[in-house]
Order: sequence, then C-alpha cells, then structure tokens
Amino acid sequence: MTNPSPHPRSLWVRHQVFEKNSIILLIGILIAISIGGLVEVVPLFYLKSTIEKVDGIRPLTPLELAGRNIYVREGCYNCHSQMVRPLRDEVERYGHYSLAAESMYDHPFQWGSKRTGPDLARVGGKYSDDWHRDHLRNPRSVVPASIMPGYPFLETTLLSVNFIAEDLSVLATEGVPYSSDMIVNALSDIKTQGSADDQATAAFLKRYPKATIRDLGGNLGRLTEADALITYLQQLGTQVDFKLYDDKANIR
Amino acid sequence: MITINAVKKATLGELALSILMALMAIGSIFIASKAQSPEYAFHAYLFASSSVAAVFLIISRYYDRPAATPPQTIEGKPNYNMGPVKFATLAALFWGIAGFTVGLYVALELAYPILNLDLPWFSFGRLRPLHTSAVIFAFGGNVLLATSFYVVQRTSRARLAGDLSPWFVILGYNFFILIAGTGYLLGITQSKEYAEPEWYADLWLTVVWVVYLFVFLATLAKRNEPHIYVANWFYLAFIVTIAVLHLGNNAAIPISLFSSKSYIVWSGVQDAMVQWWYGHNAVGFFLTAGFLAIMYYFIPKRAERPVYSYRLSIIHFWALIFMYIWAGPHHLHYTALPDWAQTLGMTFSIMLWMPSWGGMINGLMTLSGAWDKLRTDPVLRMLVVSVAFYGMSTFEGPMMSIKAVNSLSHYTDWTIGHVHSGALGWVGYVSFGAIYCLVPWLWNKRELYSLKLVNWHFWISTIGIVFYITAMWVAGIMQGLMWRAYTALGFLEYSFIETTEALHPMYVIRALGGGLFLIGALIMVFNIFMTIRAPAAQSQRVAFVPAE
Repeated sequence: MTNPSPHPRSLWVRHQVFEKNSIILLIGILIAISIGGLVEVVPLFYLKSTIEKVDGIRPLTPLELAGRNIYVREGCYNCHSQMVRPLRDEVERYGHYSLAAESMYDHPFQWGSKRTGPDLARVGGKYSDDWHRDHLRNPRSVVPASIMPGYPFLETTLLSVNFIAEDLSVLATEGVPYSSDMIVNALSDIKTQGSADDQATAAFLKRYPKATIRDLGGNLGRLTEADALITYLQQLGTQVDFKLYDDKANIR
Repeated sequence: MITINAVKKATLGELALSILMALMAIGSIFIASKAQSPEYAFHAYLFASSSVAAVFLIISRYYDRPAATPPQTIEGKPNYNMGPVKFATLAALFWGIAGFTVGLYVALELAYPILNLDLPWFSFGRLRPLHTSAVIFAFGGNVLLATSFYVVQRTSRARLAGDLSPWFVILGYNFFILIAGTGYLLGITQSKEYAEPEWYADLWLTVVWVVYLFVFLATLAKRNEPHIYVANWFYLAFIVTIAVLHLGNNAAIPISLFSSKSYIVWSGVQDAMVQWWYGHNAVGFFLTAGFLAIMYYFIPKRAERPVYSYRLSIIHFWALIFMYIWAGPHHLHYTALPDWAQTLGMTFSIMLWMPSWGGMINGLMTLSGAWDKLRTDPVLRMLVVSVAFYGMSTFEGPMMSIKAVNSLSHYTDWTIGHVHSGALGWVGYVSFGAIYCLVPWLWNKRELYSLKLVNWHFWISTIGIVFYITAMWVAGIMQGLMWRAYTALGFLEYSFIETTEALHPMYVIRALGGGLFLIGALIMVFNIFMTIRAPAAQSQRVAFVPAE
C-alpha cells in the first residue's frame, strides 16, 4: 500500500533511520527488549521483601542433594509441581502454601508448571519409605489408577557419589551456605545419613539440623538411587515449622 | 589470462575453520578420556567425530570447488546461495516428523502408562523434553534458519554473506539438536523447561548463534535495496533476543570440565522469574517474531498482494517486541513470586493482545482483493488459517493470564491445549505453508507435485488440531474444577487420583488428534519428495529452449 507522502518530519519518515541501518535497528531492538526484563528481574535481587525471613531453612544434605539430582535427571518437574498456591483447596489438599524461602537454595528451582501428578512441595513425611519404594518400583501397586512411569531401575542402580564434594563446592560458590566443613565431610555425611547407628551422627546433625537419619543399610557401596531420591522426597516441605511461622509478619 | 592466473588457494576461512575443528577434535578426545560418566564421554566422542567429519568436508569441498570463490552476481543478477537453505528445509521435515512422532508417543503414554516400559529412555520425564525440543528447536529452528537465509537474500537482492559460515550455522545448529536430544534420553538435563540442554551444548549453541547473527547482519549490509524489508526486522529481533535470553537463563557453573553436570547460578524465586522471562519469550521471539517474519514474506508473495499496511507493521513490530518481554510472570501467578511482579506480568500480557491482533489484521488483510485464491490454492489457505490460529491463541493467552482465570487453568491441560493451538495451528501451518512455497522455488520446479495432497494434508491436520485442543480444553477445565470442588459438608470432593482417572478419555482423543496431525505431515513429506524428484522446470537462464 503506498502512503500519501507524509510530512518530512513526521514519525513515519523518521522511522526510516531504523529501516535503512541495520546497526541502528539492532540497537533499537536491544533497548526495546531490555526494559521489561530489567524492571521485572533486577529488583528481585535487592528488595528484601522478596524472600521471607523464616527459621529452619538449611541447605540440602549431600544425600538429599544426590537425590535431588536424580529428580532433575528423570525430569520429574514435567509432571509434578513444587509450589502450593495460597488457594483454599490447595492449602487443604497439600498443606501450607509455599514460601519463597523454601526454595531459596534450589539451583535450579523446581516449581514446575504442570500437575499431571500431585504437587510434591509438602510430600515429605506423608508416606513411609516403604510406600515410596513400592511406588517408585511400580506406581500401580499402591495407586491402581496412577499413570506415572515405573522406575524399577532406580533401586537396582547404585548411587554415584564420587563427585558430591564438587557439587557442594560449586553450590557454595553460587551462594548456598555450604561451609568448608560440610564440603570436606560430604562423602562421609552420605554414609552417616544412610545408616541408623553411626558414630558421626551428632556432628552430622550439627551441620544439618533436623535432617532425618534413615536406615538404608549403612553401606556406602550399596546405597541406591532410589534411597537418595526417597531421602530427598521425605524432606520436601518439612524444614519450616508452620506452627511457629507468622504469616502476618511477611505480608508483601 | 584470468583462468591461468587463478591458482587455487585455500581461503582464510577454510584454513581457520579446519584448524579450529581439528583442535576441537583433539580437545574432545582428551575430555572423553577423563569424563566422569559414560554419557558425557559419549557426547565428547560425538563432538570429536563430528569435528573430524567437518575437517574432512572442508578439505573435500576445497578439492571439488573451482579456483575462484562463487561470484556475487551472474549477468547482473544476484547469485543466491541456496545450498544451506535447501539443507535446513529438508532437516526441518526430518525433525518435524521425529518431533510429532515422539509427541504422539508421549500422548499415548499418558493414556496408557505401560508404554513407559519401565525403562529410563522411554519414561515420560525424559521423552517430553525430547518432544518439545524436537518440535520447537529442531523443526521450528530449521524452518527459521531456512526461511531467514532465503528471505534475507531475496529481499536484499544480495548473496548470503560468507562462504563456509552459512554452512557452519546450519550444520552446527543441527549438531546442537543432536547433542541436546541424545542428552535427554541419557538423562543429561538442567531441568529448566525449554532450556534443558547442559552447559557444553549451551556454549556450542552460543558460538553457532553469534555466527548466525553475523551472517545475517553482513548480508543486510550488502543489500541492494535502500530499505530493510519488514520480515528482516522480525528475523533480527528473533536472533538478537534469543541470544540475550539464552545467555541470561543458562548462566551456570559446571562442576568440572569433565562432567556434564552444572548448577544454574540463579536460585529459587529469582530463577523462576529468569526462567519464565526466558520461557515466555522463547514463545514470543522464537515461535512468534520469527514466524511473523515468515508471514510478512510468504503471505504477500503467495497472494501476490503487498502487505496491507506498512505503518501497521511498524507499530506491530515495536509494540510486540517491547511488550512481549514483560509477560513472563503470568506463568507464576499465585506462586511465591512477589505480587507486584505478577501484576506487571498480567497487565502487559493483556495489553499484548493488541499488537498481536494488529499483526493478525496486517496478515489477513493482505488478502484484500485476493480472497478468491483461498478456494483454489490450499497452500495460501494453510498460511491464512495459520494467522487465524495465531489470532485465536493470542486472544486465549491474555485471557489465561488474568489471575482469576489462571487460578483455574494453571497446572492443568488447558495450558497444554493453549500451547498446541499456537504450536500446531500457527507455527505448524505457517511453516508448512512456507515449505510448500519454498521447495518448488529452491529446486526450480514449476509447482508442487500435487495440490490435491496439500488439500488432504490441510483437512486431516485441521481435524486433528480440533480434536487436540477441544480435548485439552475439556480436560483442563474439568480437572481444574474437580480440584476445587467441595462436598456439601465442606470437604474436598475428589482425591487427586480421581481427577487423573477422569482425564483418560480426553487423553485418548488428544492422541487421536496428534495422530491425525502426524498423518498430515507424512502426506506433506511424500508430496515434497515427489516434487523434488520431478524434472526441473525450464529455467529462464538456460540459453536454448527445447521445442515443446
């Protein structure tokens, strides 16, 4: 469509500067796309109200972290969210709505976007370890109508933990409060958390308060991927004591 | 005289690239030897063997080519470089079929979980990213590469810049797809939706993408037209913005050079915001801006009408790219993301309806005076229906971004249906339309092998899309309502598993719809294959014309 020749100083004519110079067009695009992203992302890093002040949040133990890496590897986020919204039915179905603080050490976050299966933000402690073991092996053995894939290979695959200290130290670089003590003891802490009668329990619990010790055989060489994943699932949503949590103090 | 002097010499690019590729082969073998996991070693060997293959290809191409590099013009006409365009077009067809097939399989897994086979490589959690990446990045990406390299040459009336670099972009990009896809199957993922590939695949893509930007800009710089055509603005916005998003969202630290595992530097709520800033704008700039460029070139071309309004395209362009970037937080309504960010995201998502429909109007109204062609040209019909689907899903999107609506739709299959009305209807159809236009042009054929088959493709996949999206509307709204249903006594009425059971019939219908869509695409592949096999049309440049 041919335009009637506009006034030489009209915006349509001035716009030709973009149409005739690819570098000016490129700069214009960069400015246009930068504003929204900067306004929405940058304040989240310095506004103190972004993350609530809560007691009890600690970094994952090495065994829980190893379990989380299995969760990530298998793509559990494709079907399970970890984010309870403050809606009446969700709070009744899953428990207290999720706080930003509860995932502050999650690299990356696992909030998810789809609930083909139920939310897992507060699944910790809801079922026994044995239930989880059966469920992972064959979901339909405990929930007949489940459409979840079976993961029998997790309990036949030994957990690879040789590089767990590297995992912790990278996370420490990124701001997760893993102390050098935690990094040095990463491998032995896996053993400690996986056995019921270990001498090192006290030191371990000092590093990771309220972490649960599980009787998983105690033999580091025999810990399976299922053991690690269950240990991770069993702590989900249990770190904050909501009997003590004051939600009025954190109204944003 | 000239021919005697033309001693064949390797170009700087040939030398530099073969040395770089040789170095990469050596480095990859070193990494493979020390890799912490067999999966990572496999990828290192893939890098090594592909680098060796690249060196071999560069050398054999050197021996086969004439001494002089290809001329920029032949008899005053631009000597277009269509080899890379042809390759990307065929790659798009291949990945399209692969991606649709995996999509059908994962749809069937949700209806019949036994199909997960209790094996890691077949489980939904690993196959679903394979499906999304295959259709978005492998199919869509190759369509964008092919059409952008075609359109930028034709609308600039200049040969594609660089000699090896366009090939590097196309082959390098498809190698990235290979690494990403095999990685998902082997459990290598950073578990960020639509950004699953690990750090080394991301680094490789960054290199490829920067070269892509340079080839595109250098071709624009060579143009023989005073103005940069509208389609190229959209391509440029797509290339630049995807680079920014990719770098921002994938900032990660690997635990070692010898490990595939890395940790994203962002965490928790900030990571969620960065992820959906990326995720929503992968939709906005990869699946929208890039394909709008296709609309702005192929619809006017096929309809033989100019774009409806040049001024509207200026407004459309700037408003769309400015507003899209804000819309990310609507993926995080009612989450732990602060309310101010959610409100901003919702506000801009609703406003985004306007530029989106501005673009739709510009595309549809281009047919003014040519509407009769919809009856006779199924390719044009496909292109126009794609714009209609674009209009539909860009209305549905802003509606779903309203918090009250989102409280029902979020986490349900309604989102999946919404995505697919955009992906199958808009991105799929505009791509098919462009491929149907491109192939006869590229392979110098008079027309497609069969317009009748295009018609079959159109109707079979349209019925497929309707099955798909209606099944997902019903599934999503039903499950959302069941989750929040209460009994008269004030208890939750349904357990979670009861809502899952209720979805089964809809999941079967959805798979049926996906199957129809795949059948349509297979018809297209047959049609394209037969078109390429047909004898070439008489080129205008041929000196003598045989009697007819």
